[in-house]
Parts: sequence; structure tokens; C-alpha cells
Amino acid sequence: MKNGVGVAQNVVLFGGTSEIGQAIIHKIVKPGVSHVVLVSRNIDAAVNQVSDIADKFPDLDIHHVRFDADDAASMVHVVAEVVEEIGDVDVAIIAHGLLQEGVDYYANPAALLPVSDVNFTGTMVLMYAVAARMKTQGYGKMVLLSSVAGERVRKGNPVYGATKAGIDGFALALDHELVGSGVSILVVRPGFVTTKMTHGMDKAPFSTDAESVAAAVSQALSSSRSILWVPGILQYMFFVLKNLPLAIWRKLPL
Amino acid sequence: MTSQRLSGWGRTAWTVADLIHTTDTDVIRSTIQSAGERGVISRGLGRSYGAAAQNAGGTVLELTAENDPMGIDADFDPLTGLLTVASSVSIDAILRMCVPQGWFIPVTPGTRFVTVGGAIASDVHGKNHHVDGSFGQHVRSITLMLSSGEIIELSCELNPAWFWATVGGMGLTGVILRATVAMLKIESSKVEVETMRLENFDAVCQAMSSEGTDDDYRYSVCWVDLLATGSSMGRGVLTRGNHASAKSVESKDSLAYDPRLNVSAPAWVPNGLLNKWSIKAFNEAWYRKAPAKNHVGLESIPAFFHPLDGVNRWNRLYGKQGFIQYQFIVPLDRTDVLRRVIEKFSAAGVASFLAVLKRMGPQNDAPMSFPTEGWTLTLDMAAGIPGLAELLAEVDSLVLDAGGRHYLAKDSHVSSNAVRRGYPRLEEWMAVQEQMDPLGVWRSDLSRRLNLIDHRRLI
Repeated sequence: MKNGVGVAQNVVLFGGTSEIGQAIIHKIVKPGVSHVVLVSRNIDAAVNQVSDIADKFPDLDIHHVRFDADDAASMVHVVAEVVEEIGDVDVAIIAHGLLQEGVDYYANPAALLPVSDVNFTGTMVLMYAVAARMKTQGYGKMVLLSSVAGERVRKGNPVYGATKAGIDGFALALDHELVGSGVSILVVRPGFVTTKMTHGMDKAPFSTDAESVAAAVSQALSSSRSILWVPGILQYMFFVLKNLPLAIWRKLPL
Repeated sequence: MTSQRLSGWGRTAWTVADLIHTTDTDVIRSTIQSAGERGVISRGLGRSYGAAAQNAGGTVLELTAENDPMGIDADFDPLTGLLTVASSVSIDAILRMCVPQGWFIPVTPGTRFVTVGGAIASDVHGKNHHVDGSFGQHVRSITLMLSSGEIIELSCELNPAWFWATVGGMGLTGVILRATVAMLKIESSKVEVETMRLENFDAVCQAMSSEGTDDDYRYSVCWVDLLATGSSMGRGVLTRGNHASAKSVESKDSLAYDPRLNVSAPAWVPNGLLNKWSIKAFNEAWYRKAPAKNHVGLESIPAFFHPLDGVNRWNRLYGKQGFIQYQFIVPLDRTDVLRRVIEKFSAAGVASFLAVLKRMGPQNDAPMSFPTEGWTLTLDMAAGIPGLAELLAEVDSLVLDAGGRHYLAKDSHVSSNAVRRGYPRLEEWMAVQEQMDPLGVWRSDLSRRLNLIDHRRLI
């Protein structure tokens, strides 16, 4: 659980090499954290990214669990393995995601399946498995990296947007179901984040970086909020965009 | 049984557990026997500041007897002063019953709203530790329910190892059902108090040292202004006292006792109401309020022992984010560490509404009892201060390097490693705890964070 100064003892990062996930880990690992578990496909890459933390906190145990993010059914076992390693999962950061650019889904519709499995189906299985564990603990916090792309799905990459819309709605409803259990979910909706995933893409207005997202998440973790926009102004921007009549929305150069 | 969100008095680190409010032995037994793998912990009036009386995902037995229409479940012999009382009864109730008969609780913490069970489990101390020791030293026997459901009698003659493991054992050896406490004879309900203003930290330490007159006073504690800087750094107001004799109290009824609550804190207070500036203003006023010259006067029991109890639910004053209370002890010759700790907090701009210093007497036989010969400093601070985790980790190291330790009833942040360094008899206690609870039923959020129970033997 958290201690009195808001530090969670056991932290798990799903998507161990995710830049935003790593930035969050670097922000929330403080004196008082006992275990960090990195769950990723590429264990060596994830480990390299936390070597500085390992040096700074010699008492901290860093664990690794391998997973294939597109194997949705395996998530149950992945969570069981994490619990086997550390016991209670106090904070789970769900940061893995798949963004395919330039795939011709008309030519190859089945190519979208991994996107849906990683961002949506697998994440739902994962979140139920983590929620089940956290309910037995009487405490737990999940942080879901959603995206403004799910707020109003647009042309260009409807598959990615639709998976984010789906998981965002799912997470908020799950958070509602968990009221009173001690478990809650923070849904993070960053705008365009400059990371390796978005490398080479045109920056959208109000773009941000992984460090800013991490700082905002760290602050939100000590509050009871369920939705976090980064930067905060996007909340108002998307309130407008979401409520625009379709005819106007489709004319926007987005 | 209801699913309930619980925290300690500091209102941080809330977790959910099944809460069962009972004082019925059969209900307690069946609860223990049907407990799930997250185990059971007892809870009294919830005055421990951190996570000692909560059990995330498990069961919490709430043993309180406030407003019991049957009256206080206690047998008191006004001739010997021996009080046998249910663990669920509070010191508040005991004082209402015993003070008018000329008897006082031998040790009281800064609040009278603690149960007897909690006072034993935390081995609480008061302003008289340098003379009388802690609560456990005045307990003649304990009736304890083990995790097997068996009820046993413990005393320091019959079974010292189990008795002393239960004193200061944070509820992890069993459910304390009843206890017999040797009360203290008093002639009046007043305390003759000497108040002394001390202009800096050296003067404070000097006035309280054992070479001075401190041992002539049963009660002694010093309020310290942590925000004063320069030559007045660590200035304070020392109050020391003894129970007043009957003849010094000019009243028909020298034992009259009327502990009324004055005001309640509002239900909602913004975070940050207690900040550097508001506390600085309070400190200045408090320091100036104390007479410049030494002053002797009579004070009531509530005013002298339990000033904060005058504000009902004062813990809400820190707002929704809650607060932490930091209490540590260092050996007598390490006043340099006290000074460095005060400087560190002061440099970081951490304001403490309540900072009190006390010289403690020798340690008792309980392996997990906090007090040991030395200086104990207690401060509270808002939990949401940025960088607090890092700052406290630095202060923890200073304390532990000096051979000091932290008070578990107050603690809400130290590491499992810190408790191992601070309590060298922890392993010995763990071995006794395992004998008493082979099934591994007793668990709390505190025991999980500090690894007080060997997790390898958990069911």
C-alpha cells in the first residue's frame, strides 16, 4: 500500500520499455519503494533504462517479467507471475501500446488485429486480472495511459483512436465498479507526446513530453482524481471538439 | 461485518477492510477462526497515527466501548488501586470513574481517547516516563485471546516472554481482552505546574537534563518552536508538574473532574491551512503567552495532560491530505542529532504545529517498546509537502546512525530496514510472536510494510 507520505511500496510497469512508463517510474520511485516490476517483451532494454534507479536505491528490488502484449489471453498468467514475485501490487502503470502508421488496412484488414489486441482486448484482460488482485488487497491504484486520440476518433488512424476510445471508456466504467473497494483507476489522456513511438510524425498543437506526463501523473496519484489531461488545457479544447457538429468537425484540418 | 475504508489518526494511506465492531468474546473467536488469508488486527479508538490498526483486504476487529449503556466494564478496588478493565475501555472513561475516587491512570499519552488495549499494544508513554516508565510497567496482567481461540492470562511473573512481547507488540500477538492496571493514588484532580520560558535549544536541553531538577517533577515536557531561527533556534516552553496535594487546592471537592470537549474542528478544512506562516504566528503567540519569569500554578488534568482533546477531531485541521507525526528517540549524549534534525526541517521550510521534546527514562523489558533512555522529539507536518519522502529518509538516517529509533504507534513511513536497525531485539520478538501465533493470523498494514511477520510462513 501507500505509506503516509504517499509512496507506494510495490510498483509494476506493464510496458517496461515505454518511455512514458519509464518516466513515471523515475518520478515515483522514492525512498520507501520496496519492489519495482518491469513487465515487457524485451527485458534487457527495460532493465537498462532503470540502472540509474538501481544505483540510487540500493535497497530497492527490481524484478522482470516477460510478456507478449498482443497475447491477450496470457495476461492472466502474467499478473499471476507478478504477484508470485512481489505479493501485493500497490500501483500498476499500464503503459504498453501499439501505434501502426502507414498501414493500408484496406489492403490488409487483419493487420489491425495486433493493435486491437494490445491496446484494447489484452489491456481489458490485464486490468480485470490486476483489479481482482487489488480487490483482495483492499488497496490499489491502476494508471492507464489512454490518449486524446480516443476522445473523438478521427480519420487518418481510426483503428488506434477506436482502441483508445474503447479502453478509456472501459477503464472509467471499471473505476466506477470498484468504488468502495479501495481500488481506483487513473485514466491519463496525454496529447501528442514526443517519444520514439511518435518519432517522425508531425507534432500536434499542445504537444508534451514524457517527463511532463510523469510529473502530472505523480501529482495526480496523491489525489482522488480519475481523469488526467496532459497538458490540462486539452480538457477544454476537447470539450469543444467533441461537441462540434459532425459537419464542422469533418471540415477541420486535423 | 461491513467493508470499510480506514486510516490512522493522520488520515493518510486509507485502505479497505472488513470491520467488525464487537466486544463479545465469542464473536471475536469466530471472527478469528473464519479469517481469510489477509488475517486480522485489532483496532481501538484509531489514535495511532499510521497504519497500525488497519488491515488492507483483511479483517479489523474494532474493540471500543464508548457510550456503552451498560457502563464501564471494569472492577476497581479503591483500597489497592488495582483496576481490572476490558481492553475496549478508554482512558477517558477510566479517568471519569477513578479520579473522583482519588486514583489516576499511571501513564497517559497526550490524548485520553485511547483504549486500554491500544495503550498496551503501543506501550504508550507520557510526560512521566523519566520517573514512571511506560504503560506496560504498570500492567499486572493481560487476558489475551490467541489466534487458536484459546484465552490465556499473561503477567511478567507467569510468562514474561509472552507478556513483554504483547506489551508494545502492536496487536500482533493476540487480541487483548482485559488487563489489570495498578493505578496511581492522587489527593486532588489538579496538577501543580511550573512553566518556564527557555530562550534557545541549549537552555532547553540543560533545563531538562538529569543533572538538573527534572527528576523532582513527575511530569515534564517541553514545547519547542521549530521555526525560530538564529540565536533563538529551538526556543521553548518547559512545563513540569506534580499532582497537587489536597490542601493546596482551595476547593470543597479537590477531586472534581470535568473533562468537557470545547469545540470541534470543522468537517472540511482546506489543505494548507496549517502552513509555515500560520504556524509561525501561532508559535510566537504561544511563546509570548508563557510568562517570561518562571511561574507556578494549578492546572486541571485535561488542560495539563490532554490539551488537544479540547478540540474534537483536531486531526482534520490538516485537510484532506492528512498529516504525519514524526517521533524518534536518540541517546542522551546525542543532542547534536536533535539539533541537526531541527535544522534540516527548518531549512526545508517544514512547519510543525506541535513539536515536543522529552527526556525519557530507562527502557523496560519489552523488545518492541519504543522508549529508551534518551531524548524523544515529536513533530507533526502536512503529508502533502513536496519532497517529504526524501527529507524524512535523510532524517531517518541521522536518527538511526546515532543509535536511535522511531515510535511505531506514530510511524507511517519508515522502511523495514529502519525498524531492523532501530529495534535490535526485533528478531527475538519475531520468534516469540511465531510461538504465539503459529497460524500467522495477525496482520496489519504496518506489519506488512515493516515485514514484522516473516512472510515465508504465511498461509
